[in-house]
Amino acid sequence: MLYISKWKATAILLTALICCLFAVPNLFPESMVKRWPAWAQRHIVLGLDLQGGSHILLEVDVNDVRRQKLLALQDDVRRVLREARIGLTRAPVIRGNAVEVVIRESDLQQGLAKLRELSQPLGGFLGSTGARSIDIENVGGGVVRLSPTEPALLERVRQVVDQSVEIIGKRVNQLGLVEPSIQRQGNDRILVQVPGLGDPQQLLEILGKTAKLTFRLVDSSVPVEQALQGRPPPESEIVYGSKAENRQPYLLEKRVIVSGDELTDAQPGFDQRTSEPIVTFKFNTSGARKFAQVTQENVGRPFAIVLDDEVISAPVIREPILGGSGQISGNFTVESANNLAILLRAGALPAKLTVIEQRVVGAGLGQDSIEKGKQASYFGGALVIIFMVVTYGLFGVFASIAVAINVGMIFGILSLLNATLTLPGIIGIVLTIGIAVDSNVLIYERIREEVRTGRTPITAIDAGFTRALATILDSNITTFIAAAVLFFFGSGPVRGFAVTLGIGIITTVFTAFTLTRLIVAWWVRWARPRQLAIS
Amino acid sequence: MRLHPKLPLLRIVPDDTKFDFMRFRRISFPISAVLSIIAILLYFFHGLNFGIDFVGGTLIEVQSKSGTADLAKMRAALSGLGLGEVQLQEFGGPTDVLIRVAQQPGGEEAQQAAIGKVREALGDEVDYRRVEVVGPRVSSELLAMSTIGLGLAIFAILIYLWFRFEWQFSLGAMIANVHDLVLTIGYMSLTQIDFDLSSIAALLTILGYSLNDTVVIYDRIREMLRRYKRMSMPDLLNISVNSTLSRSIITHVTVTLALLALLLFGGHAIHSFVATMIFGVVLVGTYTSVFIAAPILIYLGVGTTRMEAEDAAEKEKTSTARP
Repeated sequence: MLYISKWKATAILLTALICCLFAVPNLFPESMVKRWPAWAQRHIVLGLDLQGGSHILLEVDVNDVRRQKLLALQDDVRRVLREARIGLTRAPVIRGNAVEVVIRESDLQQGLAKLRELSQPLGGFLGSTGARSIDIENVGGGVVRLSPTEPALLERVRQVVDQSVEIIGKRVNQLGLVEPSIQRQGNDRILVQVPGLGDPQQLLEILGKTAKLTFRLVDSSVPVEQALQGRPPPESEIVYGSKAENRQPYLLEKRVIVSGDELTDAQPGFDQRTSEPIVTFKFNTSGARKFAQVTQENVGRPFAIVLDDEVISAPVIREPILGGSGQISGNFTVESANNLAILLRAGALPAKLTVIEQRVVGAGLGQDSIEKGKQASYFGGALVIIFMVVTYGLFGVFASIAVAINVGMIFGILSLLNATLTLPGIIGIVLTIGIAVDSNVLIYERIREEVRTGRTPITAIDAGFTRALATILDSNITTFIAAAVLFFFGSGPVRGFAVTLGIGIITTVFTAFTLTRLIVAWWVRWARPRQLAIS
Repeated sequence: MRLHPKLPLLRIVPDDTKFDFMRFRRISFPISAVLSIIAILLYFFHGLNFGIDFVGGTLIEVQSKSGTADLAKMRAALSGLGLGEVQLQEFGGPTDVLIRVAQQPGGEEAQQAAIGKVREALGDEVDYRRVEVVGPRVSSELLAMSTIGLGLAIFAILIYLWFRFEWQFSLGAMIANVHDLVLTIGYMSLTQIDFDLSSIAALLTILGYSLNDTVVIYDRIREMLRRYKRMSMPDLLNISVNSTLSRSIITHVTVTLALLALLLFGGHAIHSFVATMIFGVVLVGTYTSVFIAAPILIYLGVGTTRMEAEDAAEKEKTSTARP
């Protein structure tokens, strides 16, 4: 056990040295490290709790996706049956989680055949899974019930998340934030993390809007009051104004003239006459053509600009708008005009997103935490070293060297993995200092016992190591299991704790098995102790 | 090895300690049983002070820009918002205040609206050091995940110990460590320390750490079982615990020193985490491995099967020897 071949000793020292070297970039300012070669740039990333920043978790509103799917299905059913000239007893309606249509008995079989064509096979990872996009049920009495299947809905949610990640990326970049990270999380969630952002109000405003923009004509065939009391005409609906518009009701045609996805640009600006903040926009060619046609035919009539089911302004068409560009004025502030321009440029989200978790740490608190963490680490380390030296003397010094290298290796491995260091992560390191010493204690106490049974120093040391190492392995594996579980089930900062604790256990076992042994072996060869009193 | 001939070394446990730990089981078992029952009663009737991680709601740490924070004034400003229960407390120093707003009825969006109201009410007089809003969905998931995690950790360790030792050891370690967790949860209920995600981390670390201690003693017991085949179980356990006692104490001192440094210098944010760890690791973990985990092996019948097997083997030998 005490004889360690030269190449083995070299390998041990090299491993420890290389691990420690990986920690070096952390000692230099980031601007300097950036000029180093890429392989040397790996460094520890400070978690948002130490660096300050915003962590926002968004969830796709699955009910919104479901509703959209049902509306689209309703349209499809109507269109298919109309094209096939199939007689209906009742037009398709949405009922619960399905679209219901009543087909005349004589056309039922033909109608069902047509409707079945709507249901597409769903492509899985490995080709067709046999699942289809729509369940079609013939309830009897001509009633047919169509409902989107659960796999189809999940598939759609996945698409929605992918599209949303992209659109949110565009929006966040427009705000000029540094190094934002936007990731899908699980099936229906998106995690937005922005380091350094201590006040996420504007970000939240921008994330929370779907930004579905439509231009629609105002229906003036019936006064709004009458439509509010009775039933609005079938092709129109009531839409309320925004807060700035005092929530005034408007009767709008359901038909959309042009929608936000036909915009090519949007910019904040000021109205030349009133110098109010406005948003100017430009349509693409097809949008411009449609808008020109409708405004030509409807001079003198009001139209409405609707954003997320709220009318933001309803101007009267004074003259045909042929150039494909225009402006929106709707009691904006400079900031809200700017936000709207960003939203329009980035495009609409395919479904509503809800903020379900928000954690924001100011830069000041992060800095304080780093300072306190450092202080605690230095103080804890010093206390442990003093205690070990007082108890074990020279062997305490050996233990302290091993622990110091151990901590260096933890930082090196964290850097190598580009891992995130959090405040609980610092606790994990300090705790590791305490636990790492334990392996030395186990070895030393064992050697002491062997000495007491009358062995010579060298055989006692040898036997002490052999017996203690088995125990060290057993006892560390249990703690490692706890750390691993914490890693898989924990989230955020707590995960950082699991990472440092886990790495700390690995380096502790490594140093106990190799470094401590090497140091003691060297000492034995050099000092040739005739009697041994470890403590 | 002394660094210098004149420098004496610290000897905490004298060599050849022969303390009769096993006799104490008649006291330690009832005490632990009573304490565990009290802890469980505390949990059910006093409850835990769940943080927003598990019950949802809003947590805001603010720092007054103009020196000492006026708690009464802030309380007055916030209580008029109709946000239900709003708790304010000084946090770390006289300028820092921790505000807790209970979960709002009305789903995810209502939580986000609440924080807007608080910001409006407090205005520009404070710096926002930390804002956390956890919605009902995330909090219930975190609670479920944490419970599963704890259960899974216990199970995984049980399996590992079963592989490495006999099942009696595995079971003994589990009883001892569930006892640790129960007492720690009782402590958290009694002190009403914030119970949040970091508390789960603390509980898991206590679990891992106290097992670490138990495993060291069990390792020794196993070794002794092989060495002294006919020693009575209590004597054998006593020798094992005594021979590892010095290590146990020295290790606990070092871990305690590290934890004390964290408690004193780590700041307010980790205070409850570290306090829980000190209770769990230092007070309960040490006691458990010596006074519960080791003596419980007597009842789980580790020694008896061994001796019966020995006896049977012996009998067979003598019977075959006799023609």
